[in-house]
Amino acid sequence: MSKNLAFEEPVVQLREKIDELKTIAADADVDMTGEIEKLETRLTQLEQSIYANMKPWDRVQVARHPERPTTLQYIEAMCENFIELHGDRTFGDDAAILGGIALFEGQPVTIIGHQRGKSTKENIRRNFGMPHPEGYRKALRLMKQAEKFNRPIICFIDTKGAYPGKAAEERGQSEAIARNLVEMAGLSVPVISIVIGEGGSGGALALGVANRVFMLENSTYSVISPEGAASILWRDGSLAKQAAEAMRITAPDLKELGVIDGIIPEITGGAHRNVAKQAIYIKECISDTLKALNSLNGEQLIEDRYEKFKKIGQYTEV
Amino acid sequence: MAIRDIFSANRKKKQDGQEKAFPEGLMTKCPECRHIQLTKELEKHHKVCTKCGHHFKMTAQERVADFLDEGSFVSMDDHLQTSNPLNFPAYVEKINADQQKTGLNEAVLTGLGTLDGEEIVVAIMDSHFRMGSMGSVVGEKITRAVEKATALRVPFIIFTASGGARMQEGVLSLMQMAKTSVALKRHSDQGLLFISILTHPTTGGVSASFASVGDINIAEPQALIGFAGRRVIEETVREKLPNDFQTAEFLLEHGQLDAIFHRKDLRKQVAVLVKMHTKGGVQHV
Repeated sequence: MSKNLAFEEPVVQLREKIDELKTIAADADVDMTGEIEKLETRLTQLEQSIYANMKPWDRVQVARHPERPTTLQYIEAMCENFIELHGDRTFGDDAAILGGIALFEGQPVTIIGHQRGKSTKENIRRNFGMPHPEGYRKALRLMKQAEKFNRPIICFIDTKGAYPGKAAEERGQSEAIARNLVEMAGLSVPVISIVIGEGGSGGALALGVANRVFMLENSTYSVISPEGAASILWRDGSLAKQAAEAMRITAPDLKELGVIDGIIPEITGGAHRNVAKQAIYIKECISDTLKALNSLNGEQLIEDRYEKFKKIGQYTEV
Repeated sequence: MAIRDIFSANRKKKQDGQEKAFPEGLMTKCPECRHIQLTKELEKHHKVCTKCGHHFKMTAQERVADFLDEGSFVSMDDHLQTSNPLNFPAYVEKINADQQKTGLNEAVLTGLGTLDGEEIVVAIMDSHFRMGSMGSVVGEKITRAVEKATALRVPFIIFTASGGARMQEGVLSLMQMAKTSVALKRHSDQGLLFISILTHPTTGGVSASFASVGDINIAEPQALIGFAGRRVIEETVREKLPNDFQTAEFLLEHGQLDAIFHRKDLRKQVAVLVKMHTKGGVQHV
């Protein structure tokens, strides 16, 4: 059963009412088709108006939905023959980042993504999708491997951020992220990054120096979580809702700021309502983008990435 | 009056008292050991406490004077101006105030200069300007400085001092990490030298981008260097962290730095390193 979010409450209530009416109609054997149809029309209108007017904070809730599809679900829905590859060859295997090789429309690709858990137990194992340095180093190892064999790289971004822990600092969290940024800049194969849930700060960007960056309609991408921003800016973490608006973290915001290349539409109500269909939307986007990028050679791909990131930022010259 | 107010009133009184005790600027008190020394004496010692060796923060201009050959520095991109992309209230006013205070257009000073005769491009971050935080202008100035070094085929040297990303520019400040990285990659691919000198403090997004990827990473003694804030980590792991956590010495011990140089040796040592990577190095036949 889906966990419902506060802003969806009117939709949920009306849907329950319709279900109730249907049960009554069936039990009492009376014809209420007219009423039910009327209510269903109203439900469709209500859904459209509510989901078309989602506020940034509503999107944050959808992006964090416990049933929001994860990297692995999309890989399974989109690809064939996925084989997961483990470990950074230096310290360990970080389950917060997952990677491997798969066939995408017949073409071998390397896929890497942050991986959240679906249950508490899995979340503990995967550290809630918050990587340690070895996670980023595994990602880089797999990217270099992809480059050697001339495979495109697809990254799924879905993390609150890199893990802020003692061991992470000791093993060089900063260096691991920084290294990925620099090395991704020089990859001679196509790189596509897609924010599928939360894109939290440097821990997200470490999989984000791509030729094309897309966001799912209800995902977020930001320098800091709304709670963190509220706490720093107004010394009050409970003002997260206001911070979510002020910080401009939604897909349309990032498109307007020139940070991302496009928005992948979501199923009405959020990706979790129909994973299979959502995966098709993502697959179409990757397919089109790969077709365009496959025509560029290694040098052109590096140049393309350089030009893309060089442009980002706003300032005046006086 | 709340208890907190009484304390802050007392603190204020104490501070006022201190100011009266020493004529403005003549004497400086070390924040570490509380030793009071002549400001002139402190400056003669590269702003390092004569008693305990504490390295005081430097302004960008002080660093230029301390590190580069006298009169060699030519600054770049002073005409870039911060805009207010997210329309944060009072952001532009804060920038203007810090421009007045520091004489810089933003939290980094970039330019050309010579180090013991060797031509270099240098970027010096200044934590007196918005805590050295990185917004669009800081990212753009550093990127242009790297590009300049690449074009001239000379070493790029950066002094980092930053609290991390500039909150008021949101995701645009995050993207400066990527922008500077693509430029550094190109510089590196040309076989050119990049030395990162991490000074107090270097944290967050700056630590997690250019600061950590020098061909050689050097730090000043006791500099605070880290990805996440100490308080955040303590709250996450629910344990007290050691006193030296995230100091330069801690990083050196954990294999994250090439060397720590005392400021009195820094110029000389970096000059030697630069020469070994340019014409002064051993030529292979």
